Amino acid sequence: MAKSIDVKDLDIYYGDFLAVQGVNVHIKARSVTAFIGPSGCGKSTVLRSLNRMHEVIPGARVEGKVVVDGQSLYGAGVDPVAVRRQIGMVFQRPNPFPTMSIYENVLAGNRLNARKLKKPEADTIVEKSLRGANLWNEVKDRLAKPGMGLSGGQQQRLCIARAIAVEPEVLLMDEPCSALDPISTAAVEDLIHELKSDYTIVIVTHNMQQAARVSDDTGFFNLKAVGEPGHLVEFNPTTKVFSNPDESATEAYISGRFG
Amino acid sequence: MSTMVDPGPEAPEAPPVEAKPPTRLGDLLFSKVSLVSGLIVILFLAGVGTFLLIQGLPALDASGEATYGEPDIWKFVGMLLYGTIYASLIAIVIVTPLAVGLALVISHYAPKALAKPVGYLVDLLAAVPSVVFGLWGLEVLAPKLLPAYKWLNEHFSWIPLFDGSVNSRSLLTASIVLALMALPIVTALLREIFAQTPRAHEEAALALGATRWEMIRLAVFPYARSGMVAAILLGLGRALGETMAVAMVLSATGTGYLTLSIISAENPNTIAAFIANNYANASGDKINTMIFAGLALFLLTFVVNFAGRWIATRGQNKG
Repeated sequence: MAKSIDVKDLDIYYGDFLAVQGVNVHIKARSVTAFIGPSGCGKSTVLRSLNRMHEVIPGARVEGKVVVDGQSLYGAGVDPVAVRRQIGMVFQRPNPFPTMSIYENVLAGNRLNARKLKKPEADTIVEKSLRGANLWNEVKDRLAKPGMGLSGGQQQRLCIARAIAVEPEVLLMDEPCSALDPISTAAVEDLIHELKSDYTIVIVTHNMQQAARVSDDTGFFNLKAVGEPGHLVEFNPTTKVFSNPDESATEAYISGRFG
Repeated sequence: MSTMVDPGPEAPEAPPVEAKPPTRLGDLLFSKVSLVSGLIVILFLAGVGTFLLIQGLPALDASGEATYGEPDIWKFVGMLLYGTIYASLIAIVIVTPLAVGLALVISHYAPKALAKPVGYLVDLLAAVPSVVFGLWGLEVLAPKLLPAYKWLNEHFSWIPLFDGSVNSRSLLTASIVLALMALPIVTALLREIFAQTPRAHEEAALALGATRWEMIRLAVFPYARSGMVAAILLGLGRALGETMAVAMVLSATGTGYLTLSIISAENPNTIAAFIANNYANASGDKINTMIFAGLALFLLTFVVNFAGRWIATRGQNKG
């Protein structure tokens, strides 16, 4: 089910404002790709354009191509709703549905697919997804309790369980650990390692150690200059980016000389 | 006063226990003004309550002429309460889907350029005087509804709602006018509540592949549930007390009829409309009777509004 993503000459606009320019990148299937870079350089924008979530903001549009396994996401007649069902997303702040139980939170996406779930079938999906998110042992005795009662790290893993319950082709993560403490962060990072065998994962992070720990490939984004659009400076295997990057700007950012 | 504002050189001489932080004149003034305004509101409310009690309670043993033909005061006030609540409930049944839809259009569906003017227009509806609503209901709406009523009566008269001799100035006409009058406040409240849905919840739903309507069902409604109940109750409070439009539109004499029919000429009457239509010709015991009816209405709207506020604040804590 995991698929590769090809981005070609992607420009992203908010109204007339060009936020990101000329992104070309090939994201491999069953791998973790990290986007790093200073705030406001457009890495989250690029991430959100991969499942058309940026369109939620009025006036947002793209030029260029995003191709998932040979199929263009922005082709005429492609329904953004269908795209988002195939490409799941986890956000910066854990956002379980506050009025739903843990059980119902996991099933929220499956319920949207309109077909009636039989109870045993639903149970199987919940257990499989929660196990997949390394949360099953912690919550199996309180599935009927509200999802908001969990700790921040557990909530984030619940959100990951909810995202993988619909078996997406790709999982996008927008700074998934930035609201979590180190222990929860470690739990989520372990999970990312495990999910890699089944999913294509793209993760945006501000934490460069995290990028180095979890990812196979790393893309460094930066603004061309103040007031100019963001662009992809370098895209290489993570080991290369962190030891011997092609661009001096990448090295400056990674070694902490700016940003 | 100046020493209070600026303790200045005397401050060190004062014993440490009595040392107080300086009080600013502006803060002091403002807190007193707020306190007095708050007290005045409470005094007014208490004054109205006392007036209604003192003037209304003598009507407890009124009967015959003083209760407009009803055997005792309870039957009298009960008939009017029935009409008041019945008319308001129908109005709420009409206004709720309308207001929810309109509020969703304004908060989630329409582009900003359209949502704003529509919002203003709905707010403007609140500025239309109730006399104008009454005139419009009587002269424009009622004749237009008559054919529909006739059709309903012809085909569905076996439902008690549509039984009786058809009349355009029926309870349903009055309730539709009431619904339009409650629409702005209910819509405005719902709009605010819907707009407060955390973006994170909406994005969570959208990222799972929810359509806009599914997103609203998944993220907006659960979050807004208690606020919606509160908004509808506050709208009900508005409909309960509305006088002029009902007095003009509704064809009802005296305390009206105890009937379920909403399209006939024989209608229940509402408290506010009854008082408006009869107060000018009343004297003696009848005045007490009417004030007693006013007391009943006061308590009813108070309870409904209080319930609305209570649910609204309870929902806020839940987050």
